[in-house]
Formats: sequence, C-alpha cells, structure tokens
Amino acid sequence: MTAANNILLELSGVGKRFGGLAALSDVALHIRRGEIYGLIGPNGAGKTTLFNVVTGLYQLDEGTFTFDGIAYSRCKPHVLAQAGIARTFQNIRLFANMSALENVMVGRHLRTRSGIWGALTRNAAARAEERAIEQRARELLRYVGIARPPQTLAKHLSYGEQRRLEIARALATEPKLLALDEPAAGMNATETENLKALLQTIRSDGITVLLIEHDVKLIMGLCDRVAVLDYGKKIAEGVPEEVRRNPAVIAAYLGGEAA
Amino acid sequence: MLGYAMKPLTQPTKFALQPGKRNAWLAFAALAIVLLALPFATDALLGRGWVRIADFALLYIMLALGLNIVVGYAGLLDLGYVAFFAVGAYCYALLGSPQFGLHFPLWAVLPLGALFACVFGVLLGAPTLRLRGDYLAIVTLGFGEIIRIFLNNLNAPFNLTNGPQGINMIDPLRIGGFSFGSTHEFFGITFPSVHLHYYLFLAFTLGVIFVSLRLQDSRIGRAWMAIREDEVAAEAMGINTRNIKLLAFAMGATFGGAAGGLFAGFQGFVSPESFGLTESVMILCMVVLGGMGNIGGVVLGGVLLVLLPEALRNGAGPMQQALFGKTLVDPESLRMLLFGLALIVVMLVRPAGLWPSTQRRRELIAEDGVAQQEQDTVYDSSK
Repeated sequence: MTAANNILLELSGVGKRFGGLAALSDVALHIRRGEIYGLIGPNGAGKTTLFNVVTGLYQLDEGTFTFDGIAYSRCKPHVLAQAGIARTFQNIRLFANMSALENVMVGRHLRTRSGIWGALTRNAAARAEERAIEQRARELLRYVGIARPPQTLAKHLSYGEQRRLEIARALATEPKLLALDEPAAGMNATETENLKALLQTIRSDGITVLLIEHDVKLIMGLCDRVAVLDYGKKIAEGVPEEVRRNPAVIAAYLGGEAA
Repeated sequence: MLGYAMKPLTQPTKFALQPGKRNAWLAFAALAIVLLALPFATDALLGRGWVRIADFALLYIMLALGLNIVVGYAGLLDLGYVAFFAVGAYCYALLGSPQFGLHFPLWAVLPLGALFACVFGVLLGAPTLRLRGDYLAIVTLGFGEIIRIFLNNLNAPFNLTNGPQGINMIDPLRIGGFSFGSTHEFFGITFPSVHLHYYLFLAFTLGVIFVSLRLQDSRIGRAWMAIREDEVAAEAMGINTRNIKLLAFAMGATFGGAAGGLFAGFQGFVSPESFGLTESVMILCMVVLGGMGNIGGVVLGGVLLVLLPEALRNGAGPMQQALFGKTLVDPESLRMLLFGLALIVVMLVRPAGLWPSTQRRRELIAEDGVAQQEQDTVYDSSK
C-alpha cells in the first residue's frame, strides 16, 4: 500500500476561531488506517473543537481536511457520517426516550433507504430491510456488551452502558473512522478495562479509532500514536512513550517551565 | 468485517402476542360494532345534534393525528397548524362551489387540497429549519395568522376567497352519484346525512391512524423521533435533518389539508373565522393532553376536547338549575372556564398526557423483559 493510501484522515493548517479566541491554530495531523489515534491535552486545549471540525459540527476557518482521499471543507455532519466518520459525544447524547435497540437502529438510517412508500405498504423489500436493520442492531448491542433487554429505554441504562450504546449506535453507521470523545469519562476501573478491550476488538475488526481521553493510562495502554494539544496548537505527536517524555507535554500538564 | 460472522439471531419477539391473540380479535370486533352502531345509539339517546358533534370529533382527530406527526414524532412545535386545514378547506370550497362555477368531483378535489396543503407545509418548513423550540413556535404562529388574514382579504383586487363573508353553497361530499349531503336508505334502514358523514369520516380517520401507525414503526418514523430526542446526535448519525423535518411538515400538512376538504364539504360553508389561532391551540391541546407521540392518546385527546366543551355547554345550565334552582352563571361563559380548569388539572396530574407513549414500550418490555432480567441477574452473580 502506498503512503497516501495508507492515510485515512489528514488535517493541515486547520484553524478555528470563536470571536477573538483561536480555539485551533495551524493544526496538522494525519491518522493512518487501522490505528488507534489518541488526542490529549489539558482542559480547554481544543480537543473537542478539533473533534467537532472533523465531524462537521463546526466549519473550519482555515486549512484543509481530507478524509479517505476526498477534501471536505464546508460539510454538514450527515455528509461526513455518510463518508464514514461516526462519533460519540463527551456528554452522552443518546435518544433518551427511545429503546436501546431503536437507538442503534437509527444508526442504520444512512445505510438503508426505504421511505414513505415502503413504510406505508410494508412491501417485501421494506420488510426485509427492516428485519436486517433490527438484526444488525441486536448484533451490535451484543458486540458492545449490553446484556439488558433491547427494549430498555436508553435513559434507563447504566452510565457505562449508555457510553457503550453510543458506540454501538456509531458502529451501526458502518464507519471507517470511529471518533470517541472521552468515552471513559466517569467510568470505574472495571468499566474502563472493558472499554479498552472493546476498542481493541473494534480496531481488530478494521475500524480506525480516534480517541480523546483524559485518562492518560488508557491512552498510553491503547493508542498507537498520540497527539497533544495545548491552547489550540499541536505541541507533540508520536508513540505514547515518546510523548510522555516530551518536555513540552510535561510543561503543558504541570505548568511552568519544563523540568 | 465486524459482526457478520456472528451466529444468526432468533427472530424478534416484538409482536408476539400469541396467548392474547384471540382476546385481541374479540376486542377488535367489539370496538368495530360500537363504532358502527355509535351514530344510531347517539341519535336515539342524545339527539341528532350529538351525531354532528361526533362527526366533528372525527375531523379533529384527523387534525390532531396530523399535528402529532409534526409535534409528537418530530418534536417540532407548530402553533399554526390550522393553516393547512384552511388551505384544504378553501381548496375544496373554490373548486366545488358557485364561487367560480367549478364543480370538481371529490376524488380530484380532496387530493388536490391535500397536495396544496403539503406544498404549504414545505413552504412553511423550509424557512424554519434552523429554528428550534420557542422560535419555531413563533414563526409557525405567524404563518397561521398570515394564511387566515390572506383568506380574509383576498376579495380584492380580485375576488378569490370572498373575504370575511366566506364561501357559501359548497358542493356536498359526493362519490360518483352518491351524495353524503342527503338522506339515503339501505336494507330498510334510513341513514341521515350526518350518519353518512360519520361513516365517511370514520373511514378517513382509520386511514390516518393506519398511516400514522405504519410511519411510527418505520425507518422514517425512527428518524423523526431521533430528531425529537436530539437533533445534533441525529445529524451526526447521518440523518439529513433538513429533508426529514420537511417530510414531517409535509405529511402533517397533507392530513390537515384532507381534513379541511372534508370539513368544507360537510359544512357547505367556509369562512376565515373557522381558522383562527384558537383552533390551532385546540388541536395542539388534543395532542399534548392525550399524550404526545402516542396515537391512542391523541385520539383520546381529540374525543375529549370536542366532547367536553359540548357536554359542559349542554350540562352546565340544567346542573345549576338542579343545584341552586336558577341559572347563576351563563353556561356559555362557564363552559370555557371549566374547560380551562380541566386542562390545568390534567396537566398537573398527568404531565405526560392522559395516555403517554412510553406506556406501550413498558408493556413490550414486560413481555420479553422479565424473563431476560431474571437471566441477567443469574449471569451477573456468576461473574
């Protein structure tokens, strides 16, 4: 495989401003196919902003962003989801009053096509599609390890299950890149361990993972490469060991000059 | 790729109602008989005026179910829904009255009215797509008023709507040579016009319920509900929120337009007065009071909100006579007061509506849920 082919997502010179505040400036990074790429940084460093740019929630002000060989500049989130980027949210955003199963079934929306006519007539094609959607959703619930009855409302799931349900919903869109915004936030040690195992399985199934996380232990144990953001700039990138020893990173986290 | 190698799963048990199936059929048959006999029973017990009220109740149920798609499913607060009702009604009135000397048949004019309303639905929907919550409510409110004011003023320079006087002598609903506007006799039974309208409206209402049910459990219905629950997440999951919201507006408006056509044919007269803000609010109340997003609840809301004011109108006078020996308060003014009070009480006691939609889900969970929960407990403790 050629080098260019090997890169799934590439950002160069990306900038995003909110009024006078440069939330991101001149950020360049690339994510290779099949890797778990970590994004860390102190609070307010611009991680979630970068995330929102990549998933189309924010439009970038400067720079370019290429995904799977195609450049996207001003795109709606649903276009990027179609292209193969699926995400979860830092503050869980499930469809709270829908069942766990329905949440995942919504994720199948963009890979299915039956419309009003199919819904009204319930013809053979629509029924078959509906069955496939439901079956796939049930598989995904198992895959992420939600053992509750699939009809349980999303809001009645435990916190850890809600996090995993969000991942299942994202996986239902058949993403090439799964972008997770602090998936381990608020999880206990066991739940984090399970999450780690799940992410490794997802990667081994051929999906590239972009991970924002505060839990440094998780990042270091899981990621192939890590980038560090501070005040909207990328201050380091590399394999976890390297990044951990980087003086600029230590300074950003501990404050003051590097020891 | 991920997952496809997993073992095949058993078929979903969502609709497995085997033990209760016979009972369900019996209940269904009983309901059908009640619905069919209703106009005759009402006529005999309460008088013909109440059959007419039942006809209106069915029209309002259709409207409420249409609005339920916009408000209950897609979560878009629409305070101008009556505008679509007006569009459908005027469409029928203009194409089937001496106003322009046009007398289109029902099968042409009703779909046309629905289509026009649908177009207006998209016209309203398009500029409001970026708006949410309160702001959307204000714009739709304005839209409703604009339509009404247009109808009121479009008698000059060119007399389209006949202004505040409205349009008179509208053709009765007629299928082929069969007119719903006159009395007919079948099998030795006399069917007055109101009874015939009842059956016609009942058929349409059942059609609307059928469409609502089918949409609810479909890919489109799920997308609407996802938007209602969290628009940002829905879009991130690849739902084209613009199109799906427009579709909700269009579907809701279509139902409103069809109901409007039936209304015009039933009344024989339309005027802008019938399409004021209070009507919109009333229809919204039916949806909210009954239980947003739940078809049964919305039907219940429609029935109650049509019947209750009428019952109060007819009952408040005699009741005062019986209690105090004379009429202290004019029943007409008392009725809206009591009605408002009833609404407040219901919303305080049952904020999710009389028959909220989660009820259904709980029932579903109860079936395949209980057993599985037992299993889960065993599984968890063995871990």
